[in-house]
Amino acid sequence: MTIEDLRTIAENERQAQKKFQHHVCVCIAAGCLSSGADQVRDAIKKEVAEAGMAGEVLVKGVGCMGLCSAGPLVSVETEDQLFANVTPEDASELVRSIDTGTADLKHCDTAVPFFERQQKIVLENSGKIDPERIEDYISNDGYRALVTAITEMTPPEIVALMVKSGLRGRGGAGYPTGLKWSTVSKTGEQAKYVICNADEGDPGAFMDRAVLESDPHRVLEGMAIAAYAVGAQNGFIYVRAEYPLAVKHLKTAIKQAERLGLLGNNICNSRFSFHVDIRLGAGAFVCGEETALIASIEGQRGAPRPRPPYPAQEGLWNCPTLINNVETFANVAPIVRNGAAWFAAIGTEKSKGTKVFALAGRVANTGLIEVPMGITLREIIHEIGGGIPDGKQYKAVQTGGPSGGCIPEQHLDSPVDYESLARIGSIMGSGGMIVMDETSCMVDVAKYFMEFCASESCGKCVPCRTGTRQMLAILEKITAGEATAADLALLEELCDLVKNTSLCGLGQSAPNPVVTTLKYFHDEYDRHISGEGCPICKEHAASSAEVSQ
Amino acid sequence: MTKAPVRIKTLTIDGREVGAREDQTILDVARENHIFIPTLCDLPGLTAVGACRLCLVEVRGVNRLLPACVTAVAEGMEVSVSSERIDRYRRSILELLFAERNHVCSVCVTNGHCDLQSLALKLGMTHVHFPYQYPRLPVDASHERFVVDHNRCILCTRCVRVCDEIEGAHTWDVMSRGVDCRVITDLAEPWGKSESCTGCGKCVQVCPTGALSEKGKSVAEMSKRRQFLPYLTLMREARR
Ligand SMILES: Cc1cc2nc3c(=O)[nH]c(=O)nc-3n(C[C@H](O)[C@H](O)[C@H](O)COP(=O)(O)O)c2cc1C
Ligand code: SF4
Ligand code: SF4
Ligand code: FES
Repeated sequence: MTIEDLRTIAENERQAQKKFQHHVCVCIAAGCLSSGADQVRDAIKKEVAEAGMAGEVLVKGVGCMGLCSAGPLVSVETEDQLFANVTPEDASELVRSIDTGTADLKHCDTAVPFFERQQKIVLENSGKIDPERIEDYISNDGYRALVTAITEMTPPEIVALMVKSGLRGRGGAGYPTGLKWSTVSKTGEQAKYVICNADEGDPGAFMDRAVLESDPHRVLEGMAIAAYAVGAQNGFIYVRAEYPLAVKHLKTAIKQAERLGLLGNNICNSRFSFHVDIRLGAGAFVCGEETALIASIEGQRGAPRPRPPYPAQEGLWNCPTLINNVETFANVAPIVRNGAAWFAAIGTEKSKGTKVFALAGRVANTGLIEVPMGITLREIIHEIGGGIPDGKQYKAVQTGGPSGGCIPEQHLDSPVDYESLARIGSIMGSGGMIVMDETSCMVDVAKYFMEFCASESCGKCVPCRTGTRQMLAILEKITAGEATAADLALLEELCDLVKNTSLCGLGQSAPNPVVTTLKYFHDEYDRHISGEGCPICKEHAASSAEVSQ
Repeated sequence: MTKAPVRIKTLTIDGREVGAREDQTILDVARENHIFIPTLCDLPGLTAVGACRLCLVEVRGVNRLLPACVTAVAEGMEVSVSSERIDRYRRSILELLFAERNHVCSVCVTNGHCDLQSLALKLGMTHVHFPYQYPRLPVDASHERFVVDHNRCILCTRCVRVCDEIEGAHTWDVMSRGVDCRVITDLAEPWGKSESCTGCGKCVQVCPTGALSEKGKSVAEMSKRRQFLPYLTLMREARR
């Protein structure tokens, strides 16, 4: 494969697509699929065939378009139209009026902040290309970065490029990606591995799933460039077994890339070979932690081990191992294509580029968004998210899932970057963002996340295994209205203990939701332990009693 | 074959200057110099896992606490093995262990010979200020010579490691997550039915508590014999 071959494939694909007057894209990523998008696609295909328009209308299944709450989504690209909540019955109307563009269906206005305030790098192809066709990816600049890297650049040049871009890990901790690559590349010539962390266990998070379902080749390309840069020969994608569509698309993508010689032996006729395999995770949250993930691939119990040695020095089967998140790898090809300076110009001084978030909870628009770093939480929630529905009051936003914190109104103007979020007690995390309004009890929220951590703790180290259980018991006591000030003091003591003595990130960050709610919503805790009680909990109890009657 | 020269590092532990081989951990050096650091999961001769968190120490210039059992020495390191904060954390961790399962020393076979009990005494743990969890856990007495009482297990995994690394049987492992973790024999079958168990009893001897004991022992009668471990380790190293 040469850059010319690639260009030919891209050109042929573009010509083939141009033959069609209309491109109808049906989102078949998990969100829309769960509301029957595959049937919508099939119905439209059938209508097109019956109307004898198969030569004019191209119907393709594409990845996530972002506004998952309005799914199934269908776009008619050529007419710049987006339809929401489409059903198979709508197919005939859609096809009948496709030439006039006057379909009497639920239109989705794309000239709104939800679409206009986003900036897409990771998701640039998402919702546009057919994730199961490598040609579609190639016709959108796909694999150009890989071929350029192998044929025109040296590994140290690529590492230097990544350092200069300022890209930081999107898996949660924000470790500088270039630095990690450089560490692995300096370990000399030996067996090395590249691992893509697609375990995504945070409740409510689906960023990585969307990327893998919508644009799997982008991740493979990023991994292959990484392997070339650090000198690795084999790679693994560790993906949750709960993501069957992502796994299917990945499998197809790997086969296609191998067939074209973009993965496998002697890529681009060079000495560089890279093989990628998929490993399925059984759904333990802790297996997203890098050392536990490596143990799991090795066939051992998925429990973290102390670092150092870091995986970059001693990882999979004791070989130097580069492990990055899905979204981190998804940024690689655009950086190689457009240069480090281009990437570094986006975002803030210390946090470059964009971040994908799964916006959920009490906002008008929920779904998947990609925004430049440095945007404020207020802009995300009130502009992109469209504010709090039903005339309710904003209360808090939770970022970083069970490892993150709850951010109150007073910090809504904080920019979204690694340092700023850490300063206010939360973390960037992998991209979960849950908005809460006045109907949420913050103690209840803290309890929910603690329940998650306690049951997902691997049980290896004492403070996390038993400390989270003790904290959960106290939180249960508080929400039941049976706690005293002494319990609150014990809770705070346990937060400090578990944070500072646990072995891995799960335990070290498990207290965060409690710590931030104690800090910003202490009055709600007080209300629970004084005789007064929590009005929100009372209301919930009353309404759930009604339901059970 | 010539061996690579051993490099020596100097560091201070509680203000005392000590020398160490570069492949040693803080815990190794402290032990050599008779400086006490509390440990439960560690046992010389077995792979260190850093699980009990009792050996956490402060190292100057590092803003988190480091487990001495898995932290390599470095030149000029300044280690404090004890402080008001660390001592408090250690007592709390011990208390959490006592509160997690049913450690009623007065009726235990290892009363008086138990690592957990003696550490609690040594670290001045006077009472448990966390609520007791009182789980109801089974006792497996199906093996002809040994008993496992899960109520006394602190999940240190010494039994798992000695069985795998020294005996080579890998009869023991851990199942489940969080507080539901349990040591198991084979695939969670009764110990007496285990096909991989050789009956060597090494697990019983390394177990720090009364969780693993020999049958026929009454209260306070089960003391553990661990001399075999340094001996076996030494012999194997010599052969290597
Ligand atoms: C409990 C726990 C769960 C984690 N889960 C994930 C995950 O699901 N996906 C992920 O990419 N990183 C996860 N991480 C972070 C990884 O350990 C690791 O830092 C990351 O994969 C590195 O990639 P990056 O540098 O590209 O962010 C988790 C960490 C912890 C402590
Ligand atoms: S902190 Fe929790 S998840 Fe991490 S090693 Fe300890 S017990 Fe396991
Ligand atoms: S049975 Fe004994 S040695 Fe095994 S994990 Fe439990 S306490 Fe440790
Ligand atoms: S002895 Fe170091 S953690 Fe247990």
